[in-house]
Amino acid sequence: MSKKTLIVIGNGMVGHHFLEQFTASAAATGFQIIVFGEEKQLAYDRVHLSEYFGGSTHADLAMGTLEWYSEQGIQLHLNEQVTGINREARRVTTSRGSYHYDKLVLATGSYPFVPPITGNDHPHCLVYRTLDDLDAIRTSAEGARTGVVVGGGLLGLEAANALKCLGLEAHVVEFAPRLMPVQLDTDGGALLRRKIEELGVQVHTEKATTSIVDGESARLRMNFSDQSFLETDLIVFSAGIRPQDALARASGLEIGERGGIVIDNQCTTSDPHVHAIGECALWEQKIYGLVAPGYTMARTLSAALNGDRETAFTGADMSTKLKLLGVDVGSIGDAHAQTPGARNIRFNDEQAGHYRRMVISEDGKTLLGAILVGDNSHYDTLLQYALNGITLPENPETLILPESQGGVPALGPDALPETASICSCHNVTKGDICGAIDAGCSDLGSVKAETRASTGCGGCTALLKNVVDNELEKRGVEVSKDLCEHFPHSRQELFHLVKVNGIRTFRALISQHGKGHGCDICKPAVASILATCWNEHILATDHVPLQDTNDTFMANMQKNGTYSIVPRIPGGEITPDKLIVLGQVAKEYDLYTKITGGQRVDLFGATLSQLPEIWEKLIAAGFETGHAYGKSLRTVKSCVGNTWCRYGVQDSVGMAIRLEDRYKGLRAPHKVKMAVSGCTRECAEAQSKDFGVIATENGWNLYVCGNGGMRPRHGDLFATDLSDEALIRTIDRVVMFYVRTADRLQRTSVWMENLEGGLEYLKEVVLEDSLGIGEELEQHMENLVGTYQCEWKTAVEDPEKRKRFREFVNAPSQSDPEQEWTIERGQRRPALESV
Amino acid sequence: MKARTRWDEVCTVDDLVPESGVAVWTEDGPVAVFYLPHRLPALFAISHSDPFSGANVLARGITGDLKGEPVVASPLYKQHFSLRTGLCLEDDSVRVKVYPVLLDGDRIRLEVPVIQHESIAA
Repeated sequence: MSKKTLIVIGNGMVGHHFLEQFTASAAATGFQIIVFGEEKQLAYDRVHLSEYFGGSTHADLAMGTLEWYSEQGIQLHLNEQVTGINREARRVTTSRGSYHYDKLVLATGSYPFVPPITGNDHPHCLVYRTLDDLDAIRTSAEGARTGVVVGGGLLGLEAANALKCLGLEAHVVEFAPRLMPVQLDTDGGALLRRKIEELGVQVHTEKATTSIVDGESARLRMNFSDQSFLETDLIVFSAGIRPQDALARASGLEIGERGGIVIDNQCTTSDPHVHAIGECALWEQKIYGLVAPGYTMARTLSAALNGDRETAFTGADMSTKLKLLGVDVGSIGDAHAQTPGARNIRFNDEQAGHYRRMVISEDGKTLLGAILVGDNSHYDTLLQYALNGITLPENPETLILPESQGGVPALGPDALPETASICSCHNVTKGDICGAIDAGCSDLGSVKAETRASTGCGGCTALLKNVVDNELEKRGVEVSKDLCEHFPHSRQELFHLVKVNGIRTFRALISQHGKGHGCDICKPAVASILATCWNEHILATDHVPLQDTNDTFMANMQKNGTYSIVPRIPGGEITPDKLIVLGQVAKEYDLYTKITGGQRVDLFGATLSQLPEIWEKLIAAGFETGHAYGKSLRTVKSCVGNTWCRYGVQDSVGMAIRLEDRYKGLRAPHKVKMAVSGCTRECAEAQSKDFGVIATENGWNLYVCGNGGMRPRHGDLFATDLSDEALIRTIDRVVMFYVRTADRLQRTSVWMENLEGGLEYLKEVVLEDSLGIGEELEQHMENLVGTYQCEWKTAVEDPEKRKRFREFVNAPSQSDPEQEWTIERGQRRPALESV
Repeated sequence: MKARTRWDEVCTVDDLVPESGVAVWTEDGPVAVFYLPHRLPALFAISHSDPFSGANVLARGITGDLKGEPVVASPLYKQHFSLRTGLCLEDDSVRVKVYPVLLDGDRIRLEVPVIQHESIAA
């Protein structure tokens, strides 16, 4: 049976979200999907549009990638305007052609409302909605000194922020008597105004613009109805949105009186073959101008197209929490107390600049709405009370009073019902989070990966962390950051104590900052910290008892108590002579020999007392320890690169060897793997490593925080087209920042996922040096590189250290009677024993 | 009848590693001797054999204390064994053998059972 055709008109946030939902559903296999986008760019995040002037690019704001669209088999037509819909023939016509559909989805969004004022068509009168609009504003701002935003609502204040980012003196002109009239009341609006004016944005309320004419001291003059005027170089209209319903209107679909494509609970329009979602849709006479309700419609429609008639769009909560120009603003539910009998509780601290208002039901039992300005720390708790109808405490005012005046701490996650919505962007409830934890997620990062909670607007991050920590604790998972019973500190805190106080031994650290004698948790962790700070030999007398057996004996213990040996083979490049030595040594000691995944050779079955002899021979042949036993750099895998490969564009082997030689021996919270690929074909599988380097025509692309193993994760692209030196400097910084701040046994992926701000934060710290520690990190790495020693070389040359390798200290010739062997496929291996 | 034992010299203080263990060979099999200089007593001896793997490795575990109890962690599967009683903290049905140990001058002596090859009638 041939596939049916589903056409989506509009490639904005909601349209994209619909595609994500629908392509993951069963019905998707029956449809060829065609998407038309009017803009040049792929769907991007409009909620954070002002970041475009803070340095973000379209790529940063993009919701998906072209690869994703092609992987899903979606035909994507960007920069192609749909000009008409013929519902009888079920065809859409565009600027380039005509297409048949079986199902049509309108996700056309909205357009900015420009008030009908004489002169509003002046070239320096602009709007704020798309990246093209922002480019136009940027162009207009050249040579401009001042800018005015018409509209003091949520979007208007965002636009004012954008003008500030461009270095303009920004003004906001609002028709209503206060800012954000929809969300705030008089007192809240007044406080927001004061705060914004303190930031240098001038606010003019109760101003109706009557005309725009040429200015005298600036490009334009705005004349107001009260006879006053304001001169400015550019004007941005942000006076609200109107649903983009022109196509639907022309095709005869039912349209609301004041615009909007009428939809039912399944997001179907008056034509059963046509659906509408997002800001163009009118549900029960309401247009929803926020992204979360649009996402809900997208999910509802996807379910409906899968034959699910149960899921219905039943309206959406319009509560919002934002930071506008750096000022917290929150508005929940019935903020204006329109419910009959509603009562208010207000807290207004003009000194601190905090305003909080609760709207409660007549019986005082439920929270109907709230307004917050200046401090959103109460938002999550209040929202949960309002959304879930949780009964208010006897003195509800305690919820908004400061703790010093009898206020109570935030609502504990235990008080939330299973149905409580934690992440409204992705519709994740507390029950979903508990389910993810029961299915094996054991930390915040994995819960986020599993449920997608907090990966939308990110507003619920703190609440999500609370819920996850609480649920883990209830399941007996230790979420205390204490390292163990001996140290009431996290690994990061211990690192600082060691560094700042110049502590060089475990004994000194535990006597000053811990208690007891230590254990197998804290001792290796402290050994790793000491190694990072001072880089002394791991077999120095004070450090020996701190190490895991693998570190103590610098080899990997196997199940029968023997060890395996992995010499370093940087970049996987080895001369025939050295390869022969490995064979000779393996043969002499009857060692089981296997090639590892990291392009090295592993020799198994050496007894403790054989290790120094074997290493003497390996060192004589020019080998160094491979640190396969340590929480440290393992290998830097490479493909053969442009020295041999006809596709290679850089010398990947050379770079791999350089990286391996630089970072070998470095002690880290967990093992670290790297790889270098010589071209985009990625034969070295660099994206599955903690640090993956892929050659480009112009240099190197760096991927960070990938891993294989139990929970594989592709690395995230961190920086592009780096020179050799810039690559090494960047890796230096990320590695050192990881070593300093990660928890014990935390791989880079989990570390990064748990950093507040994640990848973006890491980029800020490393690429923009937001903490001002870049040079210090590089210097620290330089010191470590400069004090590297091959631990095995030092050990075999020191008789005292060699003493440690006696199997039995009183019987040098005694062999271990438990070690029994058998031959398999021509090699020796431990005999299976019954224990 | 009480089994006969004997105090065997197994090594000297120089052979020991502070805060860690070494393995010695005795007539009763391999024994792990631990030297914890910051405790009293400072010497402990338990079987070197890890009951969970059958491998002779316990002397190579990390020592420490858990809630005050001196312990060694098996280097293979990380169970903790009390150095005083030999009891496994994770599984109280498992216990390793404990040997009395003392310092005699600079010599370390262990009390090990005497293997009686022939039983002599009393």
